[in-house]
Amino acid sequence: METVADFLVALRRGTLSAREAIELALLRIAASDPAIRAFLSVRTDEARAQAARVDEQRAQGVAVGPLAGLPFGVKDVICERDLECTCCSKILTGYRPPYNATVIERLRAAGAIPVGRLNMDEFAMGSSTEHSAFHPTRNPWDTTRIPGGSSGGSAAAVAARMTPMTLGSDTGGSIRQPAALCGVTGLKPTYGRVSRYGLVAYASSLDQIGPLALSAEDVALVLPHLAGHDPQDSTSAAVPVPDYVAGLSGDIRGLRVGVPKEYFVAGLDQEVRHAVQAAIARLGALGARVEEVSLPHTEYAIATYYVVATAEASSNLARYDGIHYGACAADTQNLLEVYTNTRRQFFGDEVIRRIMLGTYVLSAGYYDAYYLKALQVRTLIKRDFDAAFEKVDVLVTPTSPTPAFTLGERTADPLQMYLADIFTVSVNLAGIPGLSIPCGFSEKGLPIGLQLLAKPFDEATLLKVGHAYQCATDYHTRRPAICTDLFDEEAKE
Amino acid sequence: MISHRDVAYLARLSRLAMSDADLAVFMPQLQQILAYIEQLRALDTTGIEPTAHVLPLRNVTRADDVGESLPQDAALQSAPHAGDGFFRVPAVIE
Repeated sequence: METVADFLVALRRGTLSAREAIELALLRIAASDPAIRAFLSVRTDEARAQAARVDEQRAQGVAVGPLAGLPFGVKDVICERDLECTCCSKILTGYRPPYNATVIERLRAAGAIPVGRLNMDEFAMGSSTEHSAFHPTRNPWDTTRIPGGSSGGSAAAVAARMTPMTLGSDTGGSIRQPAALCGVTGLKPTYGRVSRYGLVAYASSLDQIGPLALSAEDVALVLPHLAGHDPQDSTSAAVPVPDYVAGLSGDIRGLRVGVPKEYFVAGLDQEVRHAVQAAIARLGALGARVEEVSLPHTEYAIATYYVVATAEASSNLARYDGIHYGACAADTQNLLEVYTNTRRQFFGDEVIRRIMLGTYVLSAGYYDAYYLKALQVRTLIKRDFDAAFEKVDVLVTPTSPTPAFTLGERTADPLQMYLADIFTVSVNLAGIPGLSIPCGFSEKGLPIGLQLLAKPFDEATLLKVGHAYQCATDYHTRRPAICTDLFDEEAKE
Repeated sequence: MISHRDVAYLARLSRLAMSDADLAVFMPQLQQILAYIEQLRALDTTGIEPTAHVLPLRNVTRADDVGESLPQDAALQSAPHAGDGFFRVPAVIE
């Protein structure tokens, strides 16, 4: 009992009650999380009560939702009514949102049960989850290493089989990079595919919510319950949501796969290169037509991203003023000090760096040179993808240039940390969907991720390719040793 | 190259109470990141339209119907200082 598919089949057949599903998740969290620390909090009583209601409805023959009884975890950037939401920042200490995010409303309406809040880099700014104001999360494959970020808790919880699905958010790679580093499957949907209502804003033109799970099939099972227009988010698109599961034919014969040559350059780890090349060969063996393509502005993506994202962040984070919600500095003399002391005292260093950088690129005299320039380069990056998708159906790249690095390895050098996002940020700038799936392991046993990209709103093709690849490989089914023992015990019982 | 004075000015614009010791830590980091961003200048973008947003959206409107609003006590529930139905702040008028 590991995947979303496993859980849903058993729940629908009645061989597993919702209460048993929740107990299984709680048991696994209790067993594995002390060493991983993916969760910030677990809502035991409410989850049990919700599960009991599902079981009662089933017993009475009342129709239940398609995900009824499925446990899931929530990144601490997505609002759940009356439950503390901090974005792993001290500045939001005590903030209890008075409403649910649309994704939470929709998943709950489908019967899924949220079991806890997941760790992340503060305000989703980071690539290692070391920027959490609370504690770092550890990679289930090697607890001396980071799980990636910013959705590190979401990826680690799925990798260690604590919950079969979690929600993350992705502004520059924050779902895909931790999915790759933890050996799970993670989708950043097209910008506008999933409502952002109730997602605490970092960079509003780039942010998207998406699911992390153990397979493309699992993502296909969950995505229809996240996607679609929401009147509460005017940037959510009124584009029809297809039946993703029905599209998982396993047949990718004749599909055109593009390999962007700019992603296979110096700085790409040799083991990652070999694993990704082997995966591309596998897609060819499955009948796809593989060809080289060019995305010529790739080298400018990181610089463009860190101008656009920080500019938007500096505006979005202006709302943390010590007045409306969260923490407030003590012993202030006047209103200005309430603002300045609260923000200095309760924002972490990475958040301060990005606010200052964003303020700089938007300030008088620098706006044209930095911000406007970056928006123009963003157009060029988007055009690169438009041109590539005239020739091919999907693009295939590495997700991360290296496997998971060790805790503390990059925290002293912010720019080095930013370069971890080199293969993921372009996707957010262009607004297209991206899926990361496991495609191998390094000699040290660390997972390696393959990134699949498609045209806007064509998540169906990504999931179809991911599923075909996962039907032919078993990387996505391997378990880290930390939870293998637990599964051995469960099997004995 | 961004100077100590520039960084102090940025801190003020960003409403961050930064000490000189803070500025000494952040200045070289911002210098390093800005030096990296400088590479954008090498690219000729004459006549290229800026993309602030990827969706072709224009003035999204909704029907002007009366709906539910957030109740006052819910809006105030997370405020560090509230009272009498208001957010409390230090006096701004002498």
